[in-house]
Amino acid sequence: MSDEIAILGAGMHPWGKWGHNFVQYGVAAAREALADAGVPWQDIKFVSGGATIRCGYPGFVAGATFAQALGWQGAEVNTSYAACASGSQALAAARNKILSGECDVALVVGADTTPKGFLAPAGGYRPEDPDWVRFYLGITNPTYFALYARRRIDLYGDTLEDFAAVKVKNSLVGSKNPRARYRKCFTAEDVAASAMVADPLRLMDICATSDGGAALIVSSLEYARKLGKPNAPRVAAISTVTPTFASGVLEMPDIATDSAAASGVEAHAYRSMIPLKAYEEAGIGPEDISLAEVYDLSTALELDWIEDLQLAPRGESAGLLRAGDTALGGKIPVNVSGGLACFGEAVPAQALSQICELTWQLRGEAGDRQVEGAQVGITANQGLFGHGSSVIVKK
Amino acid sequence: MSAKPLAPAIEGWHTMQVKPHLIGSQCTECGTYFFPKQNDYCRNPHCNSTNFREVELSRTGKVWSYTNACYKPPAPFVAADPFVPYAIAGVQLETEQMVILGQVIEGLTVDDLKVGMPMELVLEALHETDDDIKVTWKWQPLTQ
Ligand SMILES: [Zn+2]
Repeated sequence: MSDEIAILGAGMHPWGKWGHNFVQYGVAAAREALADAGVPWQDIKFVSGGATIRCGYPGFVAGATFAQALGWQGAEVNTSYAACASGSQALAAARNKILSGECDVALVVGADTTPKGFLAPAGGYRPEDPDWVRFYLGITNPTYFALYARRRIDLYGDTLEDFAAVKVKNSLVGSKNPRARYRKCFTAEDVAASAMVADPLRLMDICATSDGGAALIVSSLEYARKLGKPNAPRVAAISTVTPTFASGVLEMPDIATDSAAASGVEAHAYRSMIPLKAYEEAGIGPEDISLAEVYDLSTALELDWIEDLQLAPRGESAGLLRAGDTALGGKIPVNVSGGLACFGEAVPAQALSQICELTWQLRGEAGDRQVEGAQVGITANQGLFGHGSSVIVKK
Repeated sequence: MSAKPLAPAIEGWHTMQVKPHLIGSQCTECGTYFFPKQNDYCRNPHCNSTNFREVELSRTGKVWSYTNACYKPPAPFVAADPFVPYAIAGVQLETEQMVILGQVIEGLTVDDLKVGMPMELVLEALHETDDDIKVTWKWQPLTQ
């Protein structure tokens, strides 16, 4: 199909809490991706960066910041900010440039550094700011993850043991990933012994924030053929849809959902709508998916995502988990990178890191984490303010 | 609790009577409700209205989901010392077709709650200042 682009190279700076400038991680990831692709930096015509809002002006213009750090060579630049979907939006910008014929090969890169200390809202009395309101009333980030997790327990019969089993599964496979931050194999007993943060979620059910950087080299299919890589994995679809009114799910940082009281309006669950466009655009269905990388901000959220991706009927993903179907070697492995459980979140790099994992998996280069016969992979993530994305990569 | 006067923690978001209501707004053209109040533009994509009326929202609903806070949140939250964990609930209002988040009254835990449980809105202290006791809306199981 003519609306596909090739992934020629992938690169990541290992996730951690290294305390360096974000540019360093982005440059390391970009250089690894360039070397992996076998494309000289001077040949890159477009640099598409995922912005970080934690690192001052250089972070707001990340595309230019990375281009300067790699050495100005005249490439056009772009910077995308879309919370957790920033990397996918940066990839979409590169895809548009390539499919329009304006450019044949592009670098997509995102990196972040964790803030020093707790990131709290500005003080004063500011009821017009939903983030101020919810913290003032005692509503933190884990509150929202826990509300979703609790619904799984009360509506579907999921258990704390199921949530712990997600952590155990992801830590086992993450222990084999040299780019992961947490590489210890945790047991169900370890999870059960960790402190309750927001019932039913314990400390080990919730992901941390990390430093990290990820990059992709993407090109037209013609450029890939000329480079001798006609079989490089392809981006088959990118969905970055916004929600549809009325959003019926409490979303961070809001204190209330939309109202679906008006005639002709119904309540929607945004997360489940993100993959729909990706499936439609790729002409691929859930039954074709070999593996998925999903945004496990909490262990329970991985189970929600499996249903949002239609890899299991609503309420039945814990059954897949218990049967071992979502583990490496199972029918539909989920988060074989180790997921956010083993990485922690580095916002502008995270969506790209999911695509890096799919790239290595589809090339059969994932080593101990390899999903046998992987043909098609899908990513999914959701962040603040109506940002989310899902990307399908195929052989 | 001292004899200080009661004052709303956030001005104008709820009434102060014994059986309080949250104060929202409603689009006069399509009927969509907003909390907090929205008076400038209607967010229903089928509606271009800029006209709203202030309304008191239903003070009862059913639990959409619930959790608790086991650790002290950061400022601007003002915590008691020592910190006392509290439960939190999102409650679905039938007429308004929306879910509203709030703390659950003191003394209740997640073991006292269930998805679908009928709840009602009450006022309770959030924290004290030198001058007054700041109260806010909280949810409690509906007593028939
Ligand atoms: Zn309206």
